[in-house]
Amino acid sequence: MPTSTDTIEELATREYKYGFVTDVEAEELPPGLNEDIVRRISAKKHEPEWLLEWRLKAFRVWQTMKEPAWQNVHYKPIDYQKIIYYSAPKQKPSLKSMDEVDPEVRKTFEKLGIPLEEQKLFSGVAVDAVFDSVSVATTFKARLAEVGIIFCSFSEAVHNHPDLVKRYLGSVVPYSDNFFAALNSAVFSDGSFAYIPKGVRCPMELSTYFRINAKGSGQFERTLIVAEAGAYVSYLEGCTAPMRDEHQLHAAVVELVALDDATIKYSTIQNWYPGDAEGKGGIYNFVTKRGACIGVNSKITWTQVETGSAITWKYPSCILQGDNSIGEFYSVATTNNRQQADTGTKMIHLGKNTKSTIVSKGISAGHGQNTYRGQVRIAKNATGARNYSQCDSLLIGDKCGAHTFPYLEIKNTTARVEHEASTSKIDEDQIFYCRQRGLSAEDAVNMIVSGFCKDVFRELPMEFAVEAQKLLSVSLEGSVG
Amino acid sequence: MLEIKNLHVRVGGKEILRGIDLAVNNGELHAIMGPNGSGKSTLARAIAGHPDYEVTAGSISYGGRNLLEMSPEDRARDGVFMAFQYPVEIPGVNNAYFLKAAVNAVRKHRGQAELDAMEFMSYVREKAKILELDPSLLNRPVNEGFSGGEKKRNEIFQMAVLEPALAVLDETDSGLDIDALKIVAHGVNAMRSPTRATIVVTHYQRLLNYIVPDFVHVLLDGRIVRSGRKELALQLEEKGYGWLEAEPQLM
Repeated sequence: MPTSTDTIEELATREYKYGFVTDVEAEELPPGLNEDIVRRISAKKHEPEWLLEWRLKAFRVWQTMKEPAWQNVHYKPIDYQKIIYYSAPKQKPSLKSMDEVDPEVRKTFEKLGIPLEEQKLFSGVAVDAVFDSVSVATTFKARLAEVGIIFCSFSEAVHNHPDLVKRYLGSVVPYSDNFFAALNSAVFSDGSFAYIPKGVRCPMELSTYFRINAKGSGQFERTLIVAEAGAYVSYLEGCTAPMRDEHQLHAAVVELVALDDATIKYSTIQNWYPGDAEGKGGIYNFVTKRGACIGVNSKITWTQVETGSAITWKYPSCILQGDNSIGEFYSVATTNNRQQADTGTKMIHLGKNTKSTIVSKGISAGHGQNTYRGQVRIAKNATGARNYSQCDSLLIGDKCGAHTFPYLEIKNTTARVEHEASTSKIDEDQIFYCRQRGLSAEDAVNMIVSGFCKDVFRELPMEFAVEAQKLLSVSLEGSVG
Repeated sequence: MLEIKNLHVRVGGKEILRGIDLAVNNGELHAIMGPNGSGKSTLARAIAGHPDYEVTAGSISYGGRNLLEMSPEDRARDGVFMAFQYPVEIPGVNNAYFLKAAVNAVRKHRGQAELDAMEFMSYVREKAKILELDPSLLNRPVNEGFSGGEKKRNEIFQMAVLEPALAVLDETDSGLDIDALKIVAHGVNAMRSPTRATIVVTHYQRLLNYIVPDFVHVLLDGRIVRSGRKELALQLEEKGYGWLEAEPQLM
C-alpha cells in the first residue's frame, strides 16, 4: 500500500501540451550579439534614426553591466553569443488581411486556442499575436480605432505613432535599468502597443499572445501601454513555447503609464515550457515589468499566474507618483519538478495617500524552489501611505522549497504597513478527507490549490480565471497521486 | 451489508487491530466502544481506506464486494461515509462547492446526471433544514474557523447530503457540549433507515443515550472482547472498561 509521501510524489508530471514545433520558413540573423546585429535588427524594421541610437546606447550600457546574481535561482551561465536575436516567419512585408498570415503560423495559434479570425475569437477580446520576433496579426484594430484606441504591434507604433513611442519608451524602465532590460532595449524586435485616449473605457479586453518557435532563438519583446486621463483598460498576455532540450531566453520589458484617474489592469498567464522532470530544457524568463501611476487617483493592478518557465525572474512593480494613486499585485507562482521562481513586486510610494496591496501565493511541488521577493518603499514625502502585503506559500511533498524576502524601507512616520505571511503543506489528511467524500486525489489537490489561490484568481478577467485554474491543475499534475 | 473477518491492521509498523470479526446488516446501528488506544478509530479508518492503515490479514466484504481492493474514493462513491474525528480544514474552498463536487462525484459514479448549481443549492437547503443547520455554514470555507461543534455538525450534514449506505461515525461526540451532542444525535437518528447500516465509534456511553444502538461491541487491545445489546453500554458506564479487562474470557 502506498504511504503518504508516495501518494504526494506521484501526482506531478503530465506532458506539456503546447510543446509542438511549427515548421515554418524563418528569416534569421546569425547568432551572437554585437553592434552590427543591433543595427541589422533596426534596419530590418526600417526604424528611424533616433530609435537605432537608443538601441545602441542600451547595447553599450549592457556591455558594461553584469548579470545579476542576487536572486535565489541557480543556472549555468548563459552564453549571449550563442543566441539568435532575430527570427521571423517569412511573409509578405505588409499584411493587408489576416488571410495573408502564413497558414502554418495561423494554425499554430489556432492550436493554442487563439484563432486569428475575429469572428472566431471571444467577442470581447482583441489579440496581438507575436510569433518569435514579430507580431503576425492584431485583431479588432478597426473597431478599437472607432473610439480612438490604438492597439497594434510595437513596430507599427514606431512608424505610425512615433511621437507617442518616443515620449513614453523607456520612461518607466530606462534602457540602463538592469542587465536584462538593457539587453532587451538593444535587441527588442516587437511586442504590443496600446494607447487609450482621454476618458475612454476600452470596450474589450486587449491581449497579446507570445509564442516562441524557432530553435536557439531568444524572445525579446516590449510592451507599452499608455492610459490617458480617465481612461480604463484591461490587458492580458499569454505565452507558450515548444519543448526543446536546450534552454531558451525570454527577456521582455513591459511599461505601463497611467495618467490622472486612469486605470490599467495587466494580467499575465505565463506558461512557457518549464523543462522536463529532470530540468532539461525550459525557458529562462527574465522580465522587467513596471507601471508608473503618474496621475492623481490613478491605479495599476498586476495579476500574474506563473506556471511555466524553468526560471522565472520578474517583479512587476508600481511607482505611485500621483497623490491617492493605487498599486496592486496579485500573484500565483507555481514551481514543480526542477522549476525555480524568484518573483514578487516593488511598490514605490512617492505621492501622498498612496495605497498598495500585495497578495502573493507561491506553490512548490516536486523539487521546485519558489521565492517571493518584494519591496515596499515609502518616500519621505509620501504622507498617509498604506501598504498591505500577504505572502502565502503552499508546499506539496517534502523536496521542494519556499522562501520569502520582504524588504521594507519607510521614510515617513505616517505610513501604515502591514505584512502577513504563512507557509502550509497539503497533507495526506486533507487529501484523504476529500477522497473519503468521493473526489480523486488529483481533484483533491486541485481543489486545495484553487482554494489557496482564490484571492488572486478573482482578480483575473472571467474567461481567463477558468483557464488559469485549469492550467494550474495541469502544471501540478503528478505532484500527488 | 458489511462483513469483517479476522481483520489485522498495522499503522506505522505497529499492529493495532489483531483479528476483528464484525457483521453489520442493513438497518442496524452498531456502537463500537473501548478505551483510548483500543483500536476503535483504526477500525473506522481501515473501513474508509486511509492509506496509512495497512491491512496485513483478514477481509472486509461490502455488499458482496472486496472493499480492501477499492480506493478510498471508490468506497465513498459506493456509499461508504466516514464522519471524521478531526474534520480537516480546506482554506479558501467554499463548503457548498466542496459538497457539490462530492455529490456529483457520487452521482457520476452511479450513472446519474450531475446536479447544476441551482439544483444542488435547493437540495442542500432542504437537508440543512432537516438537520436544523445554519445555512450560512455552506458559504464558509470547509471547516475553516469552525468551532469544534460546527465541524462535527458539518460532518453530519455532509453525511445527510451524501446519503451513504454505510455510515461510520468516528468519535463524533468528542468535544461536544450537550446541546451540540443533541443536534448531532438528532441528525444521526433522522438518517436511520432500513436501507442504511451505521457504525458509531465512541469512548463514552453518553452519546448512546441519544443514539440508541442495536448492538454494542467492546474493543480492547485490537480485539472485540464482548458484544451485546444496548444494555452492555450501560454496564460499561457503571463498571468501566476495567471490568472487561479483568474477565476477558467472558465472551
